Amino acid sequence: MAKNAKVIELDEVVVKFAGDSGDGMQLTGSQFSDTSAFIGNDLSTFPDYPSEIRAPGGTIAGVSGFQVHIGQKEVHSPGDQADVLVAMNPAALKANMRWIKDGATIIIDIDNFDNKHYKKAGYVEDPLGDGSLEGYNVVKAPITHLTRSTVKEFGLDIKTADKTKNQFVAGLLYWLFNRDIKIGENFLKRKFKNKQMLVDANIKVLREGYNYAETIEAMTTTFMVNPAKKKKGLFRNITGNQATAWGLIAASERSGRPLFLGSYPITPATEILQELASRKHLGVKTFQAEDEIAGISAAIGASYAGHLAATSTSGPGLALKGESIGLAVMTELPLVIINVQRGGPSTGLPTKTEQADLMQALYGRSGESPVVVMAASTPADCFHYTYMAAKIAIEHMTPVILLTDGYLANGSELWHIPDVNDLPDIKVPYVKENDPDYKPYYRDPESLARFWAMPGQEGLRHKVGGLEKEDISGDISHDPLNHHVMVELREAKVEKVVDYIPELEILGKNDADLLVIGWGGSYGTLLTAVEELQEEGVSLSLAHFNYIRPLPKNTADVLKGFKKRVVCEQNLGQFADYITMKHPQFEYQRFNKVQGLPFMISELKLKFKELLEEI
Amino acid sequence: MSEENLNICELTKQDFKVTNPVKWCAGCGGHSVLSTVQNALPETLVKKENIVFVSGIGCSSRFPYYINTYGVHGMHGRAAPIASGIKVANPNLSVWVVTGDGDMLAIGGNHFIHILRRNINVNILLFNNKIYGLTKGQYSPTTPLGSVTKTSPEGTIENPFKPGELAMGAQGTFFARVVDTEPKMMREVFKKAAEHKGTSTVEILQNCIIFANEVHKEITGKEVRKEHQIYLKHGEPMLYGENNDKGLILVKGRLKSVTVGMDGYTMDDILVHDVMDPDDTVHYMLARMSLPELPVAMGVIRAWETGVFESMLTDQVEHAKKNTKITNVNELLRSGNTFQVD
Repeated sequence: MAKNAKVIELDEVVVKFAGDSGDGMQLTGSQFSDTSAFIGNDLSTFPDYPSEIRAPGGTIAGVSGFQVHIGQKEVHSPGDQADVLVAMNPAALKANMRWIKDGATIIIDIDNFDNKHYKKAGYVEDPLGDGSLEGYNVVKAPITHLTRSTVKEFGLDIKTADKTKNQFVAGLLYWLFNRDIKIGENFLKRKFKNKQMLVDANIKVLREGYNYAETIEAMTTTFMVNPAKKKKGLFRNITGNQATAWGLIAASERSGRPLFLGSYPITPATEILQELASRKHLGVKTFQAEDEIAGISAAIGASYAGHLAATSTSGPGLALKGESIGLAVMTELPLVIINVQRGGPSTGLPTKTEQADLMQALYGRSGESPVVVMAASTPADCFHYTYMAAKIAIEHMTPVILLTDGYLANGSELWHIPDVNDLPDIKVPYVKENDPDYKPYYRDPESLARFWAMPGQEGLRHKVGGLEKEDISGDISHDPLNHHVMVELREAKVEKVVDYIPELEILGKNDADLLVIGWGGSYGTLLTAVEELQEEGVSLSLAHFNYIRPLPKNTADVLKGFKKRVVCEQNLGQFADYITMKHPQFEYQRFNKVQGLPFMISELKLKFKELLEEI
Repeated sequence: MSEENLNICELTKQDFKVTNPVKWCAGCGGHSVLSTVQNALPETLVKKENIVFVSGIGCSSRFPYYINTYGVHGMHGRAAPIASGIKVANPNLSVWVVTGDGDMLAIGGNHFIHILRRNINVNILLFNNKIYGLTKGQYSPTTPLGSVTKTSPEGTIENPFKPGELAMGAQGTFFARVVDTEPKMMREVFKKAAEHKGTSTVEILQNCIIFANEVHKEITGKEVRKEHQIYLKHGEPMLYGENNDKGLILVKGRLKSVTVGMDGYTMDDILVHDVMDPDDTVHYMLARMSLPELPVAMGVIRAWETGVFESMLTDQVEHAKKNTKITNVNELLRSGNTFQVD
């Protein structure tokens, strides 16, 4: 460390890495996250990438980003704005200027700050000379130039050599945050296992970046984020999609029913299919179907055959699956439908996040077609809620739609690894072979779930299908009264799930002035905003929903204790409409944002203060 | 359960009958298909608990309700993927798809080509009556060009599909054609379809007595069938006709019908049917033969055995299980980068 650099201890810090799609910013981001986790920081990450694989280099459309929020305190979101921005080219700088804090440190690759690149980025004036960076701590490092000369001895072609630039950046960051460079080196050894030359080249560049930072003395201050104090135990960094996939495998192991995923690639849900396809060693079968409909249809077939069946998709795919979900409702087969929401309608914003599929999940089918609807709220708790979705699907013989979103799916956080044996039991509603009393629509009197007879079992031959069936016998029936009975039974079965889900918790006092209401993926930002205001002595609490249909039993009790309620969601008010319908005795304010982006903590706090001033 | 254990059952037609009424029209070709399937199933020696019938939507798709096995009556066009899910989940089951020209070739066309491409071991009985029956008389993807139907009052202006052409184009490994009025032919072919490892497609020329009566008459009519059909059998010369003296030869890359003993043609010139030829060129030509130049091919046209999807998937799963250090979920959760915080 430079002798005269001053070390400042910070509770938390947000770093944003930005560059061209091919600059390896996601890798540097992951490496920095892992290192932070290794030394015991809490963390939350969020990648921000364009929908084009390789948009024209140097343009705004091609900017790919990765944001990391690390803390000595608990961290619940990737953070609003960055303390440190790495901008590999002018486009990356331009795209991120409004996402950095006043006085932030900006590290740029000065080799790319020339007229050619300014033009590509749409700069009219030289941003380094027009005064727009005044007040920021700008570190101009010749990253490209120094990286190329560092790896010269390896004889790499220019393209491969430039791919190690991100390690120069990593080296700068290790120095800036007083991190042990050995951790970064170990990361590279694992990453490029069996490719010794790449390991050597990358490590050399990493050290060069570190030494450069130490030598130039351009950074007069370095930072220290100490280990988080609260959390103890074994942790890993996990994304929402990975946690979702693993939740399904865990439910399969605990229920004893083999896992089948029928799916079709769609952003941002594809990683669930990819992850499960690589888990054959745990007995997982995946079926990449010819389309969304075939994906869920195959899953319904597998469910009939006795597997824990799931399908994963995003909004437009859920629309295509609508009829099939209706069949699963009618046949009363267990099925987990994962919908990783993205900006809609239509193709919309495939790589951006939104919460606008709620009504589709609740009602987007023909006829009276009730399903259980749930939502995960953090990248890591996708594991828990996927597990619970599978448990409910099996125990209640019903399709369950689990809503996550692009923000949860691609974001990551530290996860306290559970022991699978501590997860709640999953009781499969089996039927014994040759049970003389078996009828397809006999039901458990408590849950109203029917029983799961599987082909291959003797003496239980039966048909299921989309045509309305006679109660109990399962024969085709067009009888008007029978239809009414069956519609009510299917509805009641889903409503009964309320007896098996936890009550809604209030974070804060149950009689504060303002109740902030949220659901799904906005939890981290809502929680941070509420906690920060609570610390300031503001009278507000948070009620966050993971179980949407049915709503928890105590919902009305929770809602009644407040002077004002505000429903915050990334749509035009779908949950607000839903809860107004279910609990019309209360008034709800709304705070909506539909920009393909998560809420910012600052805008939430501002809104809550405004609402409280009006009281 | 191994596949051998399935083959333990002595059953009769009676075992596959149901007590509920069969609700097809009187005179519908479906009745004889159902009866023949019930006759053929005991010959497959599979326990009825291990048989699943899957269908989509349409008249033919009511089939699962009429047979005493497990069954799924699915959605319009989706029988193939539902059956795929069942078979991939549990390869020990004998899975049959019953479908029609509308269900499988219109709304389900995409699923049809993909199940064939994957070669999942299910048996598809494709009832081709060249009309939409359940919705009462609209043209289908196999309705002959120019046909007047309720939705083509001036005649259709769409070229019809030949299911065999699609099957070959999608790399189907088994394709056969039968006639609903010939139970013996159906029974022989259904059994072969069941024996084939891979997706078997059997096109059944089936008569809809209400909306397309006698649509296959030129092929199946009693007076003409011997001259207008050729019942192909593996290893036998391709002969047909009232006197069984007409045969097929290959001239300049095209099939041609000749009479043995005339114009210098002898039995040596007549093609011998090889269902197992990996090259499907001749099978394709046989499948698309049409009147009046050539007879319509019946029987098994192609039956080439190659890799089956669900077996290969099972092999991959078994191989992966043998070659992993991660054998349960607790180990999975603790694999890779973890961080102990004390």
